[in-house]
Amino acid sequence: MKKKLLALLLLVSLLGAVLTGCGDGSTEKAPEDGQEPNGSTSVSTPANEVTVGIAQGLDESLDPHKAVAAGTKEVMFNVFEGLMKPTSTGDLIPAVAEKYEVSDDRMTYTFTLREGVKFHNGDTVAAEDVVYSIERCADTSEGAPLVEAFSVIQKVEATDDRTVAITISEPSNEFISYMTTAILPADYDQQDTAPVGTGPFKFVSRAAQDNIVLEKFGEYWGTPAYLDKVTYKIIENADSLMMSLQSGAIDICSHLTSTQVAQLGDDFNVEEGTMNLVQAMYLNNAEKPFDDVRVRQALSYAIDKQGVIDLAFDGYGSPIGSSMYPAFGKYFVEELSNYYTHDVEKAKSLLAEAGYPDGFEMTITVPSNYQPHIDTAQVLVEQLKEVGVTAKIELVEWGTWLSDVYAGRQFQSTVVGVDASNMTARALLERFTSTAGNNFINYKNADYDALFAQAQSSYDDAEQTALYKQMEENLTANAANVYIQDLADLVAVRKGLEGINFYPIYVLDLSTVRYVQ
Amino acid sequence: MKYAAKRIAMLLVTMVIVSFLAFAAFSMISGNAAEIMLGTQATPERLAALEKELGLDRPLLVRYGAWLAGFFTGDLGISISYKQPVGELIAPKVLVTLCLSVLSFLLIAVLAIPLGVWSARRSGGRLDGVRTAFNQLCMAVPPFFTGILLTWLFSTTLKWFTHGRFPELGTDFLGALKYMLFAAVSLAIPRIAMTVRMLRSTVLEEMQKDYVRTAISRGNDRAGVLYRHVLKNALVPVVTFLAQTMAEIVAGGIVVEQVFAIPGLGRLLVASISNRDYPVVQAIVVILAFWVVLAGTVADLINQRIDPRLRLGGGS
Repeated sequence: MKKKLLALLLLVSLLGAVLTGCGDGSTEKAPEDGQEPNGSTSVSTPANEVTVGIAQGLDESLDPHKAVAAGTKEVMFNVFEGLMKPTSTGDLIPAVAEKYEVSDDRMTYTFTLREGVKFHNGDTVAAEDVVYSIERCADTSEGAPLVEAFSVIQKVEATDDRTVAITISEPSNEFISYMTTAILPADYDQQDTAPVGTGPFKFVSRAAQDNIVLEKFGEYWGTPAYLDKVTYKIIENADSLMMSLQSGAIDICSHLTSTQVAQLGDDFNVEEGTMNLVQAMYLNNAEKPFDDVRVRQALSYAIDKQGVIDLAFDGYGSPIGSSMYPAFGKYFVEELSNYYTHDVEKAKSLLAEAGYPDGFEMTITVPSNYQPHIDTAQVLVEQLKEVGVTAKIELVEWGTWLSDVYAGRQFQSTVVGVDASNMTARALLERFTSTAGNNFINYKNADYDALFAQAQSSYDDAEQTALYKQMEENLTANAANVYIQDLADLVAVRKGLEGINFYPIYVLDLSTVRYVQ
Repeated sequence: MKYAAKRIAMLLVTMVIVSFLAFAAFSMISGNAAEIMLGTQATPERLAALEKELGLDRPLLVRYGAWLAGFFTGDLGISISYKQPVGELIAPKVLVTLCLSVLSFLLIAVLAIPLGVWSARRSGGRLDGVRTAFNQLCMAVPPFFTGILLTWLFSTTLKWFTHGRFPELGTDFLGALKYMLFAAVSLAIPRIAMTVRMLRSTVLEEMQKDYVRTAISRGNDRAGVLYRHVLKNALVPVVTFLAQTMAEIVAGGIVVEQVFAIPGLGRLLVASISNRDYPVVQAIVVILAFWVVLAGTVADLINQRIDPRLRLGGGS
């Protein structure tokens, strides 16, 4: 009898748990959500809002000083601004600052704040917020500053309510580029989960692995956003993402492949930009046989960039020849893309010279979550066969890649795309100096180091640019890596929407996106 | 009572073992949360600082001990990636996954048992071969594929639901159920087929037994014998099988949730594993372990209701 009772009790409690479990949700979630159920049933909402599909999780802190993932920055670009902000043409314009002056010794930058810039919480941006934000990134008490380039900052001072003076230890042409670092309200400690900035959109909510909601910020100082609301829908599964585009749930989606674009149908326009990545087969220069420059050059001759682009990307993509991509404009040296033309014979003779007349075996490590790199690696394997090199692809999880390949430098070769964290040539080129902590290919070249040191001490922009170009040539001539391309960024935009602008950095600016009247 | 105590003790032990194994396995794979968070921006100094901040510099057992202590006091910790309390983070996802699993399970239980009995009664009939072949087909097609087909048919073509616009469970419960139904169906189909086949063979097997022949020879009609005697005997293995199904639905749901873009536990679990976000992974693993053990317990209890011989110490 007892057992029957027990059984019954268990059953009832299970059922109860199930029912109340499902039921609870309805009462519990409602206040948190707050908003109206955004017309979830009707497809053609007249509301002035869009849903943007993103294939990345955004699973990290939303604090702009701590977030590192490109995908997070891409979204939060709409929420935060620095004293300066980048434009789609690659220039810097004042944002939270109205103007700035540089002292004669080039060591003090004096920023005058724009009047009436408001944070999303309604407070006006004051000089102390700027001082707080800059000092937070420059703080070395935890070991390293949040923004590495801020280690040159010696003093940040509010000279009055609207003026901030920043003193640096040595003159630098690039310092101003780092002033895009987000300005945050002082004494606000919820940035991780409920970020507050000054951008055209304000953060509303995030549901892990599901969505991020932004709303238009009505008190934005500049040109206001056209859209009232933007929902980022996170769908990492490629098939699922396509189905959501086709069902009408998603209006804008970047970083599509050429195959996906072909399936889109008539509801979308496709805009083409570049991903701003240096995609290459990165070679471990400290590992045999890639410690021999002839072998690296041979591989560069062996591969056919255009072949990769045509085969794996349906012709979308821009060939590159060094660690610089076209969107960088003045730093990009186009001729380098053709430095090594596809030449099987030359590759073979270089290999023979280096002592590998019959080729060799090698491993290409590829992170398994980046299909474009996997596709590229597969084409490379075929192309390398022609010169007698047998390559084998090893897929590893991203976390393993970061720890073994990137940090541990335990690899032979790897196909990935390297991006720039800000709009300076330094962001792409510094990593190949022999002492750089992130020189994961172990490139060691005295000339290169000297050129970099020279570029850093040069205060003339033209001269510095010339030096950076020489560094790029150095990488190409020494075949530091087998450079391939800057991937095309294909963006699906629902018909009726316009105003997508491509930036030289990895962001998607939604403030200019609007419905055609 | 002794039985219940034993069960609960087993449940706790299982959960602790599972959580420790998950913890240990986690520390063995390369890459930690700090490395993954910093990605290509990592420098040794920043890495060390972040590891310290996240407490990853402590030894494995110390971290596990801290987690376990927190767990028993109801504190699941803070997600490393999302900086949010784990409980708050996973609660809405648990609800979604629970609803999807229950919906799918109800479909299986409600459809499979009558279908299985019907299939057994019709065995040897004209279309028996066709039915068996169809059943085989249903068993073989993986849920994600059915999911894609159903989406294409009901979302892309017929527009019965909008793929990618999952209604908030709290604000539009029926809408969410409707959306989930398609996922539940694709999850249920192979399981229904398996249950039908199993029930059919156990029923047919029972029908051969002496007691059935005796019952029929005493004048009972076939249908009466089937429902009164045979089904009771045939159901025991099926109930056990359904309990396993309960567990496997949750596992299968991880994939199906992604096909249908349903914000359940699956996606979060996969992402948290990639991010080495151990507080989240631990919490989900423990929930799943609890779910599996609970399903087994419920199955045992039901079987004891059906078959008194299985009752422990029932005779005394």
